[in-house]
Amino acid sequence: MRPDARPAARSVAGLRPRLRRVLGSPLQLLLLLCSFALAAYAGVRLLDGDRLGVALWFVGAALLHDLVLLPLYAAADRAVVRGFGAAGRRAWVPYVRVPAAFSGLLLLVWFPLIGGRVDRRYRLGTGLSADVFLARWLLISAVLFGGSALLLALRLRRAAKRRPPEAH
Amino acid sequence: MGRAPCAGPVPAYGRHMRDHAPPLPTSPGFWRSPLRGTWFTAVLGLVLLVGITVLFVTGLLSYAAYNPNLSPVNDKTPDKGVLGFYLFAWPTSPSWLYRLTQGVHVTLGITLIPVLLAKLWSVVPRLFALPPARSLTHALERISLLLLVGGVLFEFVTGVLNIQLDYVFPGSFYPLHFYGAWVFFAAFVVHVALRLPTAVRNVRRMRQEGDLLASPRPDPPTVSRRGALWLVGGGSLLLFATSAGRSFDGVVRETALLTPHGGSDPGSGPGGFQINKTARYAGIDAAETGEETWRLVLTGPAGTVRLSRADLLRLPLHSSSLPIACVEGWSTSDQWWRGVRLRDLAALAGHHGDPPDVFVESLQRHGAFRHAALRANQVADPRSLLALQVNGEDLGPDHGYPARVIVPAAPGVLNTKWVARMTFGEL
Repeated sequence: MRPDARPAARSVAGLRPRLRRVLGSPLQLLLLLCSFALAAYAGVRLLDGDRLGVALWFVGAALLHDLVLLPLYAAADRAVVRGFGAAGRRAWVPYVRVPAAFSGLLLLVWFPLIGGRVDRRYRLGTGLSADVFLARWLLISAVLFGGSALLLALRLRRAAKRRPPEAH
Repeated sequence: MGRAPCAGPVPAYGRHMRDHAPPLPTSPGFWRSPLRGTWFTAVLGLVLLVGITVLFVTGLLSYAAYNPNLSPVNDKTPDKGVLGFYLFAWPTSPSWLYRLTQGVHVTLGITLIPVLLAKLWSVVPRLFALPPARSLTHALERISLLLLVGGVLFEFVTGVLNIQLDYVFPGSFYPLHFYGAWVFFAAFVVHVALRLPTAVRNVRRMRQEGDLLASPRPDPPTVSRRGALWLVGGGSLLLFATSAGRSFDGVVRETALLTPHGGSDPGSGPGGFQINKTARYAGIDAAETGEETWRLVLTGPAGTVRLSRADLLRLPLHSSSLPIACVEGWSTSDQWWRGVRLRDLAALAGHHGDPPDVFVESLQRHGAFRHAALRANQVADPRSLLALQVNGEDLGPDHGYPARVIVPAAPGVLNTKWVARMTFGEL
């Protein structure tokens, strides 16, 4: 073996982990490039038309969810937890959270019908009445909150009965 | 916890100051929910893996059900290229095939919304994680996640708006939802390949090492992780219970309280079942459909044949019980249709023996599907009719009077109403 062969080999061996660190896993890299090629193939067809509008909807959907919807409902939940915590009633949180989450979920999914955005088209197209949805959503919400309040009341009554008299 | 307490973009803050300074979303300490963790995310991820795979497959089936390769009038995505590689002649049996696949597609999609929202919530700290990229692969993976999250939300939003007839999206629903699905799917496959092994290990609890999703300083819990999953499942159940009924009739449809075509039927009696587009909406003038004015024009090798409704009623009439199933996910149970077999009409037009494809034109003046093409196998099926009556009475104007097509297992819009002309032959 020539005396200078060893240091050269070492520097090549030292380059490889560094390259690997910069590149990441080669297999994953190939997989990602393959995925981008397919996404681009479908993407140019998706964007053929109202290019800006579609791009805005695609990216906007992610941004609107991550930066507006999620912070909003997380803040609302935190406010409920803090509020009940301050009143010393942390255990009551689920009785508000669950019906509020369900009612909000229904509104989020069906807001075009509930909000009457498509009344005319829906009525003309299908021959069905479109003004029932707001009333139904309000009634479902009333049942959710009312049922939750009833459960809480029952739980409190049971707890009060179980408490020994001398605790009063 | 696997993460050092001081990790984050503000290492200059001391421990005592950190608790007072408002942390940024890029700092793991910003995220306080005790629910987040790889187990929670993995459970939701596995549910979505199965659910979204079913959505993708049923979506591709719905695309094939339109027979887009048959004729340009059926094809809303003419530049699909290799994305239509799997297309096949849509069968006519079982007659409830499209009712099932599209009902599953839409109802399952609605049901998965809470799971999707919870999954996105559970991983949101990773959106802000620093450094932006550890390697080229990592940078590309994060870009891929934009396609994944943007894609899944784009698909769910366009789908949910379309079934409510709220056409605010930038273009026609068909190309947007179809090409959007492929962009999403490209990112979905990579995401599954990179994350599935971790998810499976976590659900089996074979791995207890550093949890990147768990908060380093969690708030005291108000609900357990299992409790949170019950909340997500409850939301799904609520959406399912207020939607699924619109694939059935009568009392079951009444349970679909918040969904389009849920609740009660538009009318009572034989023609009271669900309507996709009324005669008024389609711009059908009653003067065009009268006994004296309306003629069905058949074209084929025998030349052009004109038939009045009375002529049609003198031809051999047949009955078939077939449902109406819409791309929007709603359907009716079997209706009892009576009319002339499409293959008998093909014979009148000069095609004796095996019937060919047919191009059907409606009196309707606008709308994407006022023209439709049916494939030879659909024309040949003895249950395929040019219906004149339904449930024992003449068709009502909203169900296509004077005559409409009804074909087993075909998407609703291919069952052309107010038929004016049928051209038999290679398309």
